[in-house]
Amino acid sequence: MAEPLGTTGLIFNEPLLFEQGAPGRRGYSLPACDVEAPPLDQLLPSHLVRKEIEDFPEVSEVEVVRHFTRMSQWNFAIDVGPYPLGSCTMKYNPKVNEEAARIPGFALAHPGQPDALSQGALRLMHELERFLADISGMDAVTLQPAAGAHGELAGMLMIRAYHIASDSVRTKVLVPDTAHGTNPASAALCGYKVVPIPTGERGYLRAERVASLVDDEVAAIMVTNPNTLGLFEEEIGEIAQVVHARGGLVYCDGANLNALLGIARPRSMGIDVLHFNLHKTFSTPHGGGGPGAGPVGVTRALAAFLPVPVIVKEGERFRQDYDRPRSIGRLRAFCGNFGMLVRAYSYILAYGPAGLREVAETAVLNANYLKERLKPYYHLPYDRPCMHECVFTDRRQGQHGVHTLDIAKRLMDFGIHPPTIYFPLVVQAALMIEPTETESREELDRIVEAFIRIAREAEVEPATVLEAPHHPKLSRLDEVRAARQPRLRWRRG
Amino acid sequence: MHYPPELKYTTEHEWARVQGNRVTVGITDYAQDALGDVVYVELPQPGARVIQGQPFGVVESVKSVSDLFAPVSGTVTEVNTPLPNNPDLINREPYGQGWMIVVEMEDPSQLGHLFTAQQYERHVQEFQG
Repeated sequence: MAEPLGTTGLIFNEPLLFEQGAPGRRGYSLPACDVEAPPLDQLLPSHLVRKEIEDFPEVSEVEVVRHFTRMSQWNFAIDVGPYPLGSCTMKYNPKVNEEAARIPGFALAHPGQPDALSQGALRLMHELERFLADISGMDAVTLQPAAGAHGELAGMLMIRAYHIASDSVRTKVLVPDTAHGTNPASAALCGYKVVPIPTGERGYLRAERVASLVDDEVAAIMVTNPNTLGLFEEEIGEIAQVVHARGGLVYCDGANLNALLGIARPRSMGIDVLHFNLHKTFSTPHGGGGPGAGPVGVTRALAAFLPVPVIVKEGERFRQDYDRPRSIGRLRAFCGNFGMLVRAYSYILAYGPAGLREVAETAVLNANYLKERLKPYYHLPYDRPCMHECVFTDRRQGQHGVHTLDIAKRLMDFGIHPPTIYFPLVVQAALMIEPTETESREELDRIVEAFIRIAREAEVEPATVLEAPHHPKLSRLDEVRAARQPRLRWRRG
Repeated sequence: MHYPPELKYTTEHEWARVQGNRVTVGITDYAQDALGDVVYVELPQPGARVIQGQPFGVVESVKSVSDLFAPVSGTVTEVNTPLPNNPDLINREPYGQGWMIVVEMEDPSQLGHLFTAQQYERHVQEFQG
């Protein structure tokens, strides 16, 4: 195998900021205040004023810069190497998006400035809504929700409002056993009883199974398509018909939309409500890289319930409309995570329709390439063409005492982020791999070689895998103690 | 893996120890091993009603969160109150100190829906393929 990416590198120890600096050291100098500062206890009730902030770090600028730079070197990111974290779509975040988000008119806009002075921002949001509607086939879109699960909540609140408006008492939501954990949580948060649906033997939902569970009390079914096994829900059209026939609605978790871009529209599958993850499909930064954004698309029948404000176009002008009596209300301050909307808009424009279709085609091709190349070495529970990701297990390596967690840890030594593990729950000890379209053939081959080498090590030298990772600064953390006895803040000594 | 022959078992990997109408409930050796180190457990209050096959609590490990399913319907008469503060007991003694609740069973005929140790062992083997 070619030289692996991962090496030990030059990595420094780094104490906590609290343990650095010296009394009186400063990292800033502010100009003298040219107005008289009133005493603090005249501005705030005295019981709210701290006399002293104990142990507050007093550090210089260079100490702060080195502190965070050194810690970033302990870490891993999409700008460092491949990140095949299944279900998360950790694609590369193009820098042109960052350029767009830093255009002063966007970056410096005040969220409270009036519509008349925000025409560019409102136009961008209005057009992004239209782009997402076009991609998904949905009729209307809100950009407000701050993440996927927030989008689920928005969607389920609209479904609830829809049924209440039609005087229909519904208490249940059907959720497949492959769903992301947030799906049943969102349904429960809206007061619904969650009814699980077992996945069929071939890894997708059977319409007849749904038919046997759906009744007049079912408000909705929450499906993910492709599902978390990376498989297309082949009976989705029939499932939607079965649910609609009893007056229920179909919610689609759009986490895996990357596989469908420009190829299939969820609306054509009978979906009534869909959330998008801009931080997955539309390449805005993910996790620690920035806040998320979880827009929601709905059919015309649900448009009246969209959160306020709704951006409307009147002639050539845009304004935020609050006069929506049937709206579920506001979900997020101002217009959501606006910077993310700029990045997603930039991404969609940069690719265009043909480019977005190629994104999906390449994502699916890459996942199938990994699946076929790894199949001789790892147990593949559902041996079918996959969509954007594939799910293996540790069954073969387990015979040598090497388990999913060990395989994931060992991958780090090769400079590759571990895949998602132990999810979906319906697969024993899952390894869920999503390469995304942004990894090159060479990078995919490096991932494959690392996996193959680990499979060989599991047979001939399992200790190498069991004691991994060897290269990162810290090896195995005590996750159990961290969960059982968390230390959530620093204290001296 | 150890499955005591005197216990009854569910498809969802709970065990039931039947003494008259008193049924003590926990999770099996296989379940604790598959979950890995348990870090959190949520149990019902005494007096709560549980229904056969329905969730009565939650168990969380570093790998995953799972519902706990009642092997029989009835009223919870006892709860292993030290357990939430010592969830490692579930890993160390799944059939002993790791017990979860005692249910006053309503309908003894429900026991017919449960597995014997031998049937459960076969179920686990099928589950693992």
